[in-house]
Amino acid sequence: MSGNAIEIRNLSKMYRLGEVGTGTLSHDLKRWWYKTRGKEDPFLKLGQENKRDTAGGDYVWALKDVSFDVKQGEVLGIIGKNGAGKSTLLKLLSRVTAPTTGTLKAKGRIASLLEVGTGFHPELTGRENIFLNGAILGMTKEEIKRKFDEIVDFAGVERYIDTPVKRYSSGMYVRLAFGVAAHLESEILIVDEVLAVGDAEFQDKCLGKMHDISSKEGRTVLFVSHNLAAIDRLCSKALLINRGKVVMENTPKKVIEEYSLTNYIPGEIIFEDNRFLKFLSLKQEGNNLKIVCDYDAPTPLEIPCLGFVISDSMGNKIFGTNPNYQPPKTPIKESAKGRLQIEILYPKLLNGRYNLSIWFGDGKVDYVVMENVLSIEIINMINYVRETYATASGPVSPIVEWKYDYKD
Amino acid sequence: MHEAITEEKWDIVIEPRSSLLSINWKEIWHYKDLLMLLVKRDFVAFYKQTILGPLWFFIQPLLTTAMYFLIFNKVANLTTDEVPPLLFYMAGVTCWNYFSETLTKTSDTFITNASIFGKVYFPRLVIPLSIVLSNLIRLAIQFSLFLLFWFYHLFVTGKISPHWELIWLFPFLIVLMAALGLGLGIIFSSLTTKYRDLRFLLTFGIQLLMFATPVVYPLSLASEKYKWLIAINPFTGIIETFRYIFLGKGDFNWIYLGYSCGTTVLILFAGIIIFNRVEKTFMDTV
Repeated sequence: MSGNAIEIRNLSKMYRLGEVGTGTLSHDLKRWWYKTRGKEDPFLKLGQENKRDTAGGDYVWALKDVSFDVKQGEVLGIIGKNGAGKSTLLKLLSRVTAPTTGTLKAKGRIASLLEVGTGFHPELTGRENIFLNGAILGMTKEEIKRKFDEIVDFAGVERYIDTPVKRYSSGMYVRLAFGVAAHLESEILIVDEVLAVGDAEFQDKCLGKMHDISSKEGRTVLFVSHNLAAIDRLCSKALLINRGKVVMENTPKKVIEEYSLTNYIPGEIIFEDNRFLKFLSLKQEGNNLKIVCDYDAPTPLEIPCLGFVISDSMGNKIFGTNPNYQPPKTPIKESAKGRLQIEILYPKLLNGRYNLSIWFGDGKVDYVVMENVLSIEIINMINYVRETYATASGPVSPIVEWKYDYKD
Repeated sequence: MHEAITEEKWDIVIEPRSSLLSINWKEIWHYKDLLMLLVKRDFVAFYKQTILGPLWFFIQPLLTTAMYFLIFNKVANLTTDEVPPLLFYMAGVTCWNYFSETLTKTSDTFITNASIFGKVYFPRLVIPLSIVLSNLIRLAIQFSLFLLFWFYHLFVTGKISPHWELIWLFPFLIVLMAALGLGLGIIFSSLTTKYRDLRFLLTFGIQLLMFATPVVYPLSLASEKYKWLIAINPFTGIIETFRYIFLGKGDFNWIYLGYSCGTTVLILFAGIIIFNRVEKTFMDTV
């Protein structure tokens, strides 16, 4: 059977901001009063587009008129920056909360993995938790029994299966939990960022399992991640969500490109009230990394000096420099206004997310310090034969020469 | 082509609201294993890391009974209708415990399970149902303790004369207690998701309610003028019938019991309607 596994039509979700208190009661009463007179909910009109940074009314549309279909056996990747509405969409899909308007139809059971190990009880043993967690996720006892050995094997916790999970290492805990979820027999699987946990080997295993689920078993997978490389590898289609709306629906490659290009990741900033800087951007151009900075200082600077550090998503500094350490080929002139472009030819970074911190001054004093001001997702900067992630071997690609001295 | 014309069959349809009483019993049945596992979890987690373990199920009612005996019988000199006082209090404590435990635990359904509810969907009603069931097992344990005392007085002292002809009402009484506790519990749990005030009301309300129920005194003690105040409480009919059946004394009549039954059904229906409305969106307000 092929066709659509999920159909979503005009799905919207409104949230009320602020605290629940006396004001809520008066709004509830007003809403009830309107409804009993057969009028429309007065607060639905108040909802605003979800912009986190601007102040506004009390009601916000986390999702607004979202419509799309997912075909059976398709792996759909959902991309968007934090607060775009991804999680809300997943919550609606997994029936954790109901939509404000619109409908959502699905064929088969939906199992959601919004978190690993939901309902795990620390006092219960691994065995008991497999059953409890499986049941919470919608499996019957019989199904779990049938899959039990497979789950234990996948998680690699045979020896600890009768030990309370509170004695497990966090890695074992996560492996066991993902194991249960990965062996669900539901027709639709929803996965949110679970791959952010565990070591590289396990992440690979999870991605492999998810690939199997869709390609071999023909099940439908919805996958939300900030790991663009994983989306690219795993998904057959991708959605880009921004401010509660579907902005683009296309192949993962195209969507990721759009996402990076249009800077939904803040990859550039226009400073509106900074006394020294006007613009800053960080981009991947082919195999190189490029920083562009426009400065406009109140007085001429002896050396318009921009120092930078690139760090990984965990905050570890990887490399950095400034024109004082490494002067440019042409001597620096005193200047108050101009553009500085920094092309980073080496080192090359492996797939992953990186942040930029900057220090700007006249070579002696730093006038502007901004840590982790921009962020970038590096995709395939190095043409390795196999895709490699920063999490697997460190962030930087070495330049090596292999010399074999064959003795046979 | 033929397939395209026929209406497609969807297993799951999510819409903003559903009708008032639409409970998907089939779905709850599908989750019966979860129900049983939750009951088991409640039990195992209850006496993990305790020394006395399951003995606590006996200690609590025993001590309560002893305390009531001291205060209400010895100090306050309240009559127990010629029934041996320990037995009288134990009957009250056993019934009241089941009701109040079911009520307080189910009233916390949404708040204590918010983290699970926020991540996974399963029929929310499974949780309160599991509480009713696990309390039923506790009731069975405490009731067996009551039976011990009961047999002693029945066969050794011969101080009681049960109304055997009404013993068939006993299972019905248990269903009534469970339904009343569940109904009130899910009403409170649904209302507290948004307004926590009711939680405070419930904690002391349930203590006060015990004194408005003939748990430590017989209904016959109340003066005719104020009797209706106590009889208006649906639990009164249940507990008086229980005593009438097992202890042979009590203010039993079909009107009280019918009234209890009617109110319970009303409360349970109201509970299901409110619960149904709240369960879909409570994650936004809890």
